[in-house]
Amino acid sequence: MTDKRHIIRLEQVYKSFNGLKVLRGLDLVIPQGEITVILGRSGGGKSVLLKHFLGLLLPDQGHVLVDGQNLVALAERQLFQVRKRFGYLFQNGALFDSLTVGENVAFPLQEHTNWRWTKIKAVVEEKLQQVGLQGITEKMPGELSGGMRKRVALARALALDPEILLFDEPTTGLDPIMTTTIGDLIATTVRRLQVTAVIISHDLSLAFSLADTIAFLHRGRIIAHTDPESFRNSPLEPIQQFIAGRPDTTVDNTQKDED
Amino acid sequence: MFILSALGRVTGRLLQEMGGMAVLLGQSLLYLPRRPYRWRYFFRQLEFIGVNSLFIVILTGLFTGMVLALQAYYGLRKFGGESMLGAGVALSMTRELGPVLTALMVAARAGSAMAAELGTMKVTEQVDALLAMAVHPVHYLALPRLLASVIMVPLLTVISVFIGIVGGYFVGVILLGVNPGTYMQKMLEVVTADDLYNGLYKSVVFGLLLAVISCYEGLQAKGGAEGVGLVTTRAVVLSAIAILIFDYIMTAMLF
Repeated sequence: MTDKRHIIRLEQVYKSFNGLKVLRGLDLVIPQGEITVILGRSGGGKSVLLKHFLGLLLPDQGHVLVDGQNLVALAERQLFQVRKRFGYLFQNGALFDSLTVGENVAFPLQEHTNWRWTKIKAVVEEKLQQVGLQGITEKMPGELSGGMRKRVALARALALDPEILLFDEPTTGLDPIMTTTIGDLIATTVRRLQVTAVIISHDLSLAFSLADTIAFLHRGRIIAHTDPESFRNSPLEPIQQFIAGRPDTTVDNTQKDED
Repeated sequence: MFILSALGRVTGRLLQEMGGMAVLLGQSLLYLPRRPYRWRYFFRQLEFIGVNSLFIVILTGLFTGMVLALQAYYGLRKFGGESMLGAGVALSMTRELGPVLTALMVAARAGSAMAAELGTMKVTEQVDALLAMAVHPVHYLALPRLLASVIMVPLLTVISVFIGIVGGYFVGVILLGVNPGTYMQKMLEVVTADDLYNGLYKSVVFGLLLAVISCYEGLQAKGGAEGVGLVTTRAVVLSAIAILIFDYIMTAMLF
């Protein structure tokens, strides 16, 4: 992977909450224009890791570099500029429940462009169409099913044509058919827009069907980062345990639930 | 020793919270001139804090004025001062009860709702979503609420004072039989515009206090429904305490 450009680079990242060490000297590089899936146990710090990518959380120690810019050293205003390059799909969508679906997708456009309302409306329609939704702009998020909420959230994340898409557990809580649908949607979206995507998940089939590379988070570190085939055949015990679904025999109390 | 350390913890926590609120207020002021101006969102807050509190503020003002007239009549009659009833009611309403009770009612009605709404947004990652879309939660969520509260609480106070005086007139003149001429005359003689301004200065500060406290507490929410309930209670209790303490301080200073 050395010949590829790395859009995001994490170096020796440490993060703890109230003495609980979640990330312990984590190193990770995200190659540009590829889909990277980060696997790991639930509550193992995957969400925490993802939030470091765009500075929603800053490391206690270590560096987070986005396109060469060290987020730790940035002023708030510059950090906000960096964030505009990201689209973030939250686990439960995190749609604004006081706004309609249309207003939700229009939100980043209203905030960061000077476009007229007619243009914003057209873009909103286009983004919703890309995720396979039509005629629901006037609905409230509370009226939607979990799968539809995720699609709307994806449309909102795509609104500003981000270079990097981050997905937090995109298939958790969906039925098997919707899981496949969302997986396909992510794949087609990423390939068509040629963006970089990082997906955190514990869904193995999603990882093997989508990933260019798979990284495995274990006890606060990335212990493997490789292509799906070598991942499947990895000699590392935690990975084989994870793939086979065997319960962990060594109890690790420091890995408290965080999501 | 135990008492001392407990006292130290509570004081430390309180100072930390006050610091956080000061930061929120400072950030709001910094973001005040910055674009985009979200007029629709701002008007929604004006409506929510102001228009929707109207009924409860009118009701509070009316009954406060009425009970004031009853109580003051009882006291004044002992030395034959019934003619001062109108002045007594109007002074109490403008200087003290109008601003304080209005602010307390708005804190209970709108402050609690602010804390609950922002708290829910926090625990469902909507606040993180704002940050991820490069929008500062203080700019988008807190600032419009602070502004709306600072504008609406004084306006509601004026209405409450007026209604209170009407209520006092009703009880004093119509129910207790005080001469309407002297009631009005003494009132206009004794009460000056400064008394009303005094009350309005207070209500501006109260409006700011309750909005800062409620927004801050809401954004501190952790966990789930329980966490949201917790910050909502804190928002109302702290707003009420802050309003009463600042009421004393400002009364002492404005005299």
